[in-house]
Amino acid sequence: MNHDQAKAFVRQAVQRVVPDADFTGLDPGVSLRDTFEMDSLDFLEFVEALAERSGTELTEDDYPALDTWDGCAARLVAEAGASAQGRSG
Amino acid sequence: MAEFTMPSLGADMDEGTLSQWLVHPGDQVARGDVVAVVETDKSAIEVECFESGTVDTLLVDEGTTVPVGTPLARIGTTAGSEPTADRPPSTPLVRRLAQDRHVDLAAVHGSGPGGRITRADVEHAEPAPAPAPAHDRTAGPAESTRTATGRQPGTEPARQKRNDSRPQERTAPATGPPGPVAGVDSAGERQAPRRVRSSPLARRLATELGVDLAEVTGTGRGGAVRADDVRSAAAAEGAPRPAVPNAARAATARLMSRSKREIPHFYLSTTVDMAAALEWMRARNRELPLSTGLVPAALLLKAVALAARKVPELNGHWVDDGFVPAEEVRLGVAVSLRGGGLAAPSLAHADTLSVDEVMAALKDLVGRARGGRLRASETADPSLTVTNLGEQGVEAVFGVVYPPQVALVGLGRIVERPVAVDGLLGVRPVVTATLSADHRAADGATGARLLSTMDRVLQQPEEL
Repeated sequence: MNHDQAKAFVRQAVQRVVPDADFTGLDPGVSLRDTFEMDSLDFLEFVEALAERSGTELTEDDYPALDTWDGCAARLVAEAGASAQGRSG
Repeated sequence: MAEFTMPSLGADMDEGTLSQWLVHPGDQVARGDVVAVVETDKSAIEVECFESGTVDTLLVDEGTTVPVGTPLARIGTTAGSEPTADRPPSTPLVRRLAQDRHVDLAAVHGSGPGGRITRADVEHAEPAPAPAPAHDRTAGPAESTRTATGRQPGTEPARQKRNDSRPQERTAPATGPPGPVAGVDSAGERQAPRRVRSSPLARRLATELGVDLAEVTGTGRGGAVRADDVRSAAAAEGAPRPAVPNAARAATARLMSRSKREIPHFYLSTTVDMAAALEWMRARNRELPLSTGLVPAALLLKAVALAARKVPELNGHWVDDGFVPAEEVRLGVAVSLRGGGLAAPSLAHADTLSVDEVMAALKDLVGRARGGRLRASETADPSLTVTNLGEQGVEAVFGVVYPPQVALVGLGRIVERPVAVDGLLGVRPVVTATLSADHRAADGATGARLLSTMDRVLQQPEEL
C-alpha cells in the first residue's frame, strides 16, 4: 500500500460516516474530526471502517495518529510495510 | 377488543399525523411490535403497540392528523394470539421489509429468540425468484439509502434547516388524500395505487427541497414516495435548500420559552478528574473488539444514571404544582443532528444497564435519531436529560431544563489541566459537569449531592 492508496481508504472511511464529506482541496494536515464535525461515536465508526477497508488492525492507542488525513495514511502505510517485511524476512 | 391510540411522543405534542401503517387488518401483532409511523412537528417516529392480538380495524387513514389519545386501530386480544404455525414468527416491520425486498419469509431462517425473524435475517436473505414488478426499485437497499442521506454536508458553515410543517399542507395538497383504509381487498392486501403515493413528511421535504414528487422513485409500499426517497433525489440533483420556517425550531422555541418562563433555574458546576475512568476504559477497550469499544460518553452517562438513582429528588417531573419522582431512571440524551436540530431520545433503565450495554444502546439510539427513525418508547418523557456539548468542543454547558423535568446535566469536553493530587501538581484529564435544576423541586444542596455522587462513581470506574 502506498501513501495515495492509504489516503483513498481514509477518504472512503470518512465518507461512510459522513456521506457527503468533500475532500477536494482538504489540507492533509488538519484534524478530520474537526473538519467533518465527527463526535466520538462518529470517530469510532470511522476507525472501524478504516480498519475494515484497509485490513489494518487499529486500536484506541492509534487514535492520536489518526487525527489527520496524512497521519492516518502514514499509520496504514507503516503497518503494511511492517507486515510485508515480516513476510519477506 | 383493545384500542391503539395516538401516543404522546413528548411533553409538547398535542396531535400527530399517522403517516404510514405497517400492518393490515388480520395481521397478528405482539406487544412491542412497531405497527405504524407517526409524524410530529419534529420527526417521524415508529410507534409500537401495547397489546398482543389481531389487528381488527384501522380507524384512521394514512396522512390524517389527529389529537393525542384518538383511537387509531382496534386490536382483538383474544387468547391464542401467537403467530400461526404456517407463518414464521416475525414483526410487522420485518414483514414490511421482506415485502419491500421481495423476500419470502417462509424461506428465511430466523436467528432471533424463539426463531423470530429479525431485520438482519431479511437483509441477508436472497430475494424471491420472481419479484412482483408492480413497484420497481431503482434505489439501493433502504437501510443504506437512509444512512447515506440522513445527513447534510458537515462542512456547511451554517446548519441548514429542513423541517417545516405549515398547517395548511397537512392534508396532502400535492397528490390528494391517500387511499382510504376501505381500499383493502379480501386477502388483506392493498390495491395497487393509481397515483404516486407519498408520506406527509415526503411531501413536506419535497416542498422544502424543491423536488418534484412525480420525478422521485418511491421505495415504500406500492411505490409510495418516502422522505428518504426525496432526500436521495434532492442529493442527486444537488437541489438548493431554501431557508424556510422550521417546525422543529418552533417546537424547541415553545418548550424553551415555557421553561424559562415557569422554571426558576439554579446552576451548579464541578470539575471531575477523569484519569481513573479513562485509564479503566482504555484497559477495557484493549480487551474488546473495536466495534464494541467504549467512548467516554458511555461512562459519563452511566455515572449520571447512577447519581440520579441515588438522588431521586431530581429524577422526575413537576406536575400540577408538585414534584412526582419517576419510577425509573430514563435518561434523555441530547443528540445533535448533522443536518441541524436536536433530538433527545431516552435510554430506559439506564441505571441498571452495564457500561457495555449503555454504549451499545447509545450507538443504536444516536444512529437511529440521525437516521430519522426513533421509536415511540424512546421519545417518551425522560426523567432527566444529559447534554454532552463537550463533543462540540466547549468546556462547560449550562442548559435549560426540559419541562416537565426538573434537572439537566451538562457535560463539557474532556481537557487536560494542571490539577493538585495528593499535594502534588499533575496534568490530568478533567471534565466540567454542570447541573441546571428547578428550584421549585429541589434546593442547591440536593443538586450538589447529584454532582458529587457522579464524581465519586467516576473515581471507581470498575463499579460502573
